Amino acid sequence: MIPRPFEYHAPRSLPEAIALLSEYGDEAKLLAGGHSLLPMMKLRFAEPAHLIDLGKLSELKGIRESGGEIRIGAMTTENELIWSELLQTKCPLIVEGARQISDPQVRYRGTLGGDLSHGDPGNDHPALMMALGASFVLAGGQGERVVPADGFFLGTYTTQLEPGEIMTEIRIPTPAPGTGYCYAKLKRKTGDFATAAAAVTLRISAGAVSDVRIALTNVAETALRASDAEHALQGKPLDDATLAEAVRLAMAACAPVADLRGDAEYKTAMAGEMTRRALTSAYMRALH
Amino acid sequence: MGNLDTNLDRLAALEGMGCSRKRREDPRFIQGKGTYVDDVKMPGMLFGVMVRSPYAHARVKKIDKSRALAHPGVHAVLTADDLKPLKLHWMPTLAGDVQAVLADEKVCFQNQEVAFVVADDRYVAADAAELVEVEYEELPAVVDPLTALAADAPVIREDIQDKQAGAHGARKHPNHIFTWQVGDKDKTDRVFDNAEVTVTQDMLYPRVHPCPLETCGCVASFDKARGDLTVYITSQAPHVVRTVVGLLSAIPESKIRIISPDIGGGFGNKVGVYPGYVTSIVASIVLGRPVKWIESRAENLSSTAFARDYHMSGELAADRDGRIKALRVHVTADHGAFDACADPTKWPAGMFHVCTGSYAIPNAFVSVDGVYTNKFPGGVAYRCSFRVTEAVYLIERMVDVLAQKLGIDKAEIRLRNFIRKEQFPYTTPLGLEYDSGDYEPALKKVLAAVDYPGLRAEQAARRADPNAEWLLGIGVVNFTEIVGAGPSKMCDILGVGMFDSCEIRVHPDGSAIARMGTITQGQGHQTTYAQIIASEAGIPASVITVEEGDTSTAPYGLGTYGSRSTPVAGAAIARASRKIREKARQIAAHLLEASPGDVEFDLDRFVLKGSPGQFKTIKEVAWAAYNNVPDGLEMGLEAVDYYDPPNFTFPFGAYVCVLEVNRYTGETRVRRFYALDDCGTRINPMIIEGQIHGGLTEGFAVAMGQELPYDEAGNLLGATLMDYFVPTSVETPHWETDFTVTPSPHHPIGAKGVAESPHVGSIPCFTAAMVDAFAHLGVTHMNMPHNAYRVWQQCRALGLTRQ
Amino acid sequence: MSKKIMVSFNLNGKETDVIVEPRELLIHTLREKCLHTGPHIGCETSHCGACTVDFNGMSVKSCTVLTVQAEGAEVLSVEGLAQGGELHALQEGFMQEHGLQCGFCTPGMLMRAYRLLQENPDPSEEEIRYWMAGNLCRCTGYQNIVKAVQYAARKLRGEAVETSHPLMTADTH
Repeated sequence: MIPRPFEYHAPRSLPEAIALLSEYGDEAKLLAGGHSLLPMMKLRFAEPAHLIDLGKLSELKGIRESGGEIRIGAMTTENELIWSELLQTKCPLIVEGARQISDPQVRYRGTLGGDLSHGDPGNDHPALMMALGASFVLAGGQGERVVPADGFFLGTYTTQLEPGEIMTEIRIPTPAPGTGYCYAKLKRKTGDFATAAAAVTLRISAGAVSDVRIALTNVAETALRASDAEHALQGKPLDDATLAEAVRLAMAACAPVADLRGDAEYKTAMAGEMTRRALTSAYMRALH
Repeated sequence: MGNLDTNLDRLAALEGMGCSRKRREDPRFIQGKGTYVDDVKMPGMLFGVMVRSPYAHARVKKIDKSRALAHPGVHAVLTADDLKPLKLHWMPTLAGDVQAVLADEKVCFQNQEVAFVVADDRYVAADAAELVEVEYEELPAVVDPLTALAADAPVIREDIQDKQAGAHGARKHPNHIFTWQVGDKDKTDRVFDNAEVTVTQDMLYPRVHPCPLETCGCVASFDKARGDLTVYITSQAPHVVRTVVGLLSAIPESKIRIISPDIGGGFGNKVGVYPGYVTSIVASIVLGRPVKWIESRAENLSSTAFARDYHMSGELAADRDGRIKALRVHVTADHGAFDACADPTKWPAGMFHVCTGSYAIPNAFVSVDGVYTNKFPGGVAYRCSFRVTEAVYLIERMVDVLAQKLGIDKAEIRLRNFIRKEQFPYTTPLGLEYDSGDYEPALKKVLAAVDYPGLRAEQAARRADPNAEWLLGIGVVNFTEIVGAGPSKMCDILGVGMFDSCEIRVHPDGSAIARMGTITQGQGHQTTYAQIIASEAGIPASVITVEEGDTSTAPYGLGTYGSRSTPVAGAAIARASRKIREKARQIAAHLLEASPGDVEFDLDRFVLKGSPGQFKTIKEVAWAAYNNVPDGLEMGLEAVDYYDPPNFTFPFGAYVCVLEVNRYTGETRVRRFYALDDCGTRINPMIIEGQIHGGLTEGFAVAMGQELPYDEAGNLLGATLMDYFVPTSVETPHWETDFTVTPSPHHPIGAKGVAESPHVGSIPCFTAAMVDAFAHLGVTHMNMPHNAYRVWQQCRALGLTRQ
Repeated sequence: MSKKIMVSFNLNGKETDVIVEPRELLIHTLREKCLHTGPHIGCETSHCGACTVDFNGMSVKSCTVLTVQAEGAEVLSVEGLAQGGELHALQEGFMQEHGLQCGFCTPGMLMRAYRLLQENPDPSEEEIRYWMAGNLCRCTGYQNIVKAVQYAARKLRGEAVETSHPLMTADTH
């Protein structure tokens, strides 16, 4: 229940935060919403000597649309995502996803950037961002770079974030009107991580699926693009046969870890079921 | 007599039994002004933390406390060696065994207590606890109770390995605790041999844990100057704790004060004495300062009294009309590493022998083998009424198994086997005398309320549709509970008979203070006990102060668990109130210059017979009690009653659960749950309904998700709230409640107790519905928990899934 | 031991200064330094919600906030709900509808419901259950808690409510 002692820093600007991160190197951890890091510190699974609190960086807040992109500050909370009218109208997948994350209190504090940077395969935003074709702005001592969500997640608790870098913004190409979407998450109870979840975006053109993206949560070391399933659907209508094939291919991509939520076989099967639910729902939404 | 309006006003003003009196305890809780143990602060108070074993079974080779002791702010680090001179390194359990307070040369379960660090505050204590270095030599762990009695099984309890007998009789193996048997074995065997039909079913009631929202803890304060020990403690049985502490410490009970303040949920988790209490008391005595110990949630879920872990095998013998002739049961009971099962002394399997249930079964035989494993101790907890959860589960499952075998409807088979109303008091073949019951109208009322025939028709249609995604299951359960432990000739805890008590003192202004030997943990005693006194003694509940939990003021009682408060303390309250009423009669008669036989008690006053305008209110009598009493009568108006119940009470219920199961994912939705409870006289309907909601929710959690599994090395899995299924407001179904009233003939106010019934009855009901969803495909039983993963595996085995 | 920091925040309308290590959790500061034992500790993994307070207009689990993060914050705990000797509509609702039994989850429930009703004055049952899912209860089964919140919502909207609990006044000590 009690963390080890540490030094606390509350920088007031991004350059200050980057400088602190550079100074303390791997002795430091960034504190965003704190609802992944602080529980780990309370159990003494994480023991950083320095905490750098990003809470005062107003430049990391805000949701706006600019040049065909939706840009979300990394310190935007889940609750802010849910209540954003811009997202509700232009990118409802994020709202649907955020509503299924954790519980109300955690959502007031948990941030999009924190969820993405942590590298926990159980977190939901990686799959959501992959389904949206998002990219991430990473700022460090050498300046800024923008990396796509695809490929950002390397392994459990490992991402492309280099030492000294902070994720500052998430950029999502504004989904075209009529884009179907769904985040289908199977969980044991409210607040639990996914047993398996699927994030889908797709468009329909002349009765056929085009631009489909399927990303899976918590069934591998990182969130997973079910690329084979996507290719199999491309240019086809969504019927029983194409759906079954897409589900089969999505399942083939899974390599989940067995735990109390289920064994690998169950989790894989559930990835299939969630893919089915998400594709069906996204398709219906795209039709209307 | 007065007109009706006035009588209704007087009745309303009394707030006696039967009304939904709002709760007297609410104001402090809704303002955050409750006093729970962790709210207690005393000057100079220190904080203690347990160091625990990471291994399930290991020798303790060495403990080095030097670094911990050297940490600034640390006052003491206790180990078994420190407790040995005081003979406190082991303590007696409630089951006639001994338990290590701090590990003495070996540890027998993961998270067993090894050292106790006392420091300035919880932050220092947490840092210092990490500095205690313990060297272990791992030993192979025993986690399967069914193999614990193998010839080559590792011996867990080396401290008693040469004992051929334990507290409950002969031991046949070092890992064996007891064999308990009841019933007529030979007669039962003969009935089975000659039966038209027999069915058998193995079933596991898995290990679960009550998980009250407040964990266990205490503040122990030994005042050296006065020689007084005060302990604030999360205890459901403060007087028992006082007696135990007196035995352990050799401090006389007159110098020990145990206070159970506000308790944040008990559910049987807070009955026993835990090592942390003992080490806190020792530390306080040694250091001369108060010591607080509050366990973490992980400690709570992994080291305090677990519930169930009964491996049961049931058999029924019947005729082909489904009339049951005999029941045979064998149980292997996994008690963990120390037998700390909180049962009455004579019954190591509690009241498991209520397992003939609501049915007129003429023959029965039960055999229970208790065994040790490398798991944490406990067994009786979690609203179980002393193993009644297990017993009711067993019989209700067996009746369904029999129904399925014979193709008889599950409600119909119960109607055929019920004990009939006129057969009560009914003595079962396992030696229990049920006081009263009227099962048939209760079941029929529920079946009508849910349109049972309509549900079965809907189910038939659903089953006929091969494309249906959701299977429909209907569970019907008719449980009989046994609560109100208990008659002292049968029930004692450590030799103390299981009576309970009440004292009432009426003040000159007519208000009163009443104290009992029980202790509420949310059941609303402050509210309901006053209602009993109001009805029986004519004092308005609003001016009755109810106190419990302080052993220096409350009369001795055995505490609150097993739904015993209403049946036992409630009886003492009624009788003490009647003693008050009878003394009041004498004073009233004196004031009216009449003889006691000439006055009649009427709600809140004594009225002169035949002269309705002449009366004395209880309030007037109270004043007179202090200045104008008849010759030969003492001043004052107070009474004490110690009630040794003549029998248990037997509340019962009829529950129906309708649920749907998704064949592709294993997800379940509870469509409807209808719970009819009969607890005899209903003191406060609002409180009863609240208790039912809570018990049903716990039952839902147990049946649908709770488990504390161990791996082969004895590592406990899932002992945090991430994995241990405590449902939120989203998962929890909507509950429908109903009632009938069949009073207990032997109880002064006919009340039976109710709060454990919904837990006892709902769990087999959820399982019944779950199995029923698959019954048409030949499934006769599914072990709990019915989480989506396990249910999906059943679907898969039946070829119902897509994969 | 790291250097201690002075933190100033507003607790239930009063400016409060505390001196804490950076690692001190807000729940411990509230309970032990500010002597506000209303918020409770029910777990150490941020699941139970018994420690919930209102923090800068948000329901927050105070066990998962460092006190140093509360610099300049507005914190409202259950002790600050009643105003001027009058109970808050939610406190009345919990009493009227029997929304509590042991009382341990109640402060957290009240503070969560407080913010819920600020943001959604007319929630359906389903919405109440969804937006209160961060607070665990073992005693009530949530059914009467839903009714308690609905009572408060009606009262705060100015609608008539049945009030028969005789003890609907705030304790002012």
